[in-house]
Amino acid sequence: MSELTATQRLSVIREKGRPTVRDYIPLLFGNFLELHGDRHFGDDAAIIGGIGTFAGRPVTVIAQVKGRNLEENKLSNFSMPHPEGYRKALRLAKQAEKFRRPVICLVDTPGAFCGIEAEKRGQGEAIARNLMEFMTLKTPIVSIVLGEGGSGGALALAVCDELAMLENALYSVISPRGFASILWKDASRESEAADLMKITAEDLLKFGVCEHIIPEPDGGAHHDPTLTAENISHYLSEVLQRLAAYDTEELLEKRYNKFRKIGVFSE
Amino acid sequence: MAIEDLFKVVKDRSKADTKPRPEKQKKQAQRVEIPQGLLFKCPRCGTVTYRDDFERNKSVCAACNYHSRISYRERIEMTADKDTFTEMDAGMTSLNPIDFPGYEKKIAELREKCGMNEAVVTGVCRIHRYETVIGVMDSNFMMASMGSVVGEKITRAFEYATAHKLPVVLFTASGGARMQEGIISLMQMAKTSGAIARHGEAGQLYVTVMTDPTTGGVTASFASLGDIIIAEPKVLIGFAGRRVIQDTIKQQLPDDFQSAEFMLENGFVDMIVERKSLRSTLSKIFRTHNYTRDGDYIGGAAK
Ligand SMILES: [Zn+2]
Repeated sequence: MSELTATQRLSVIREKGRPTVRDYIPLLFGNFLELHGDRHFGDDAAIIGGIGTFAGRPVTVIAQVKGRNLEENKLSNFSMPHPEGYRKALRLAKQAEKFRRPVICLVDTPGAFCGIEAEKRGQGEAIARNLMEFMTLKTPIVSIVLGEGGSGGALALAVCDELAMLENALYSVISPRGFASILWKDASRESEAADLMKITAEDLLKFGVCEHIIPEPDGGAHHDPTLTAENISHYLSEVLQRLAAYDTEELLEKRYNKFRKIGVFSE
Repeated sequence: MAIEDLFKVVKDRSKADTKPRPEKQKKQAQRVEIPQGLLFKCPRCGTVTYRDDFERNKSVCAACNYHSRISYRERIEMTADKDTFTEMDAGMTSLNPIDFPGYEKKIAELREKCGMNEAVVTGVCRIHRYETVIGVMDSNFMMASMGSVVGEKITRAFEYATAHKLPVVLFTASGGARMQEGIISLMQMAKTSGAIARHGEAGQLYVTVMTDPTTGGVTASFASLGDIIIAEPKVLIGFAGRRVIQDTIKQQLPDDFQSAEFMLENGFVDMIVERKSLRSTLSKIFRTHNYTRDGDYIGGAAK
């Protein structure tokens, strides 16, 4: 497993050529069809949703879209979803529940978008609703953090039966930069924050936030996207088979307890 | 009354307390210093009133109706039937999951200063004789940010209410997730939302009362999940911080942005209710959900 510090991983996941969901979706899923819109307001390009097959079985895929260049990033708002993105995700998750197919969420976002329109359309409510609805969704949910798992904007697609992280992915309550800026009033202390915050896959495994680490090729996913996709695929086939063994009641009980037990306090 | 006159009156009333600090006076020779504790200056409209009068008005600004921040004690006193509140999990305190430097010390200082162990107080009480689970967040305690203890106490409150077929009323106030607890604080959003889902599936009622300020990860979890969402007038409600938004979009924001009134207009709260009408509003809501009154009525709230 990786010996890199959080700061070093931060630069790995910022590598220009790091694969995104646009690379992974064709490598992982067959017959993929993108489905658009939240049926209330619009379609958010920061989240791709759709149906396809994995190992021959139907699945629903919900994925946050980092761009591979500035043009793509402008189109997908640097993977910072608006409320309609989260509502599209919920619509597709409910649809998956109806047809009893697993939901696979690919998480890669700096966070939910912060802006006037996002507030007007209820960014807080949209995220909250997903947390509650995903908790009781009657079909297996697997979330994989591909690169950046930023705050509530990531969590809204990460209430799941199992969370996996790519080896160099990070998942945090706020970006290290934001952390340094708020707690120390000094955004330049980003690396120090990253190394303090306990945000690597190994850290999150210890906390019980993450269940599995998916290895990346030496030097990072960008050195071999196909091999990385194979590693993801290997994990997915294993986990989907395992989750399929539970009946719905057991599945939901396990999901509830996964989050229920997280907390550090004395009494 | 002009502020200078008001100041003079207050000064006469308690000469001993108002010796201005010499350094400050030098710097602000032309400005009138407001003696701390005797006057209240409204952060919304700037109106200055006697603190006594302001508190008698349930800590509401008489000029603009801003419903200001109050302690959990005052909230319970003005909400619950007299002497009916029983606290749950009172002794629960934070640990330091990411070894954030100075966190234990800060918590210890706040416990001392605020006379409470954490940022939320939960328990059972009666409101107009309806038995209910109640939770009150207190912004004096680290801006009522949500760490493990807040998440755990709220989760237990919902689990208790589910088991005992009781409604839950939460008074929300928060700066958001408690960053000093790292990812553990983010997970509390999911944990509390799960407990609310189960309470809801059991057919029980959850009422949110959003108070000043309800923001960040609390808005993006349990605060937004009430069956009925009430907000107090003029309070701040939102997801992202005002400054963060301003930095992102590089433009000025309207004054009423992220106010209770803004949230009502955009469809995210059911009603804005003044403090003085809150008990009777909650009572009507309980009544309409077929909860039955219990025990002997022992009079209204103390305040
Ligand atoms: Zn005022």
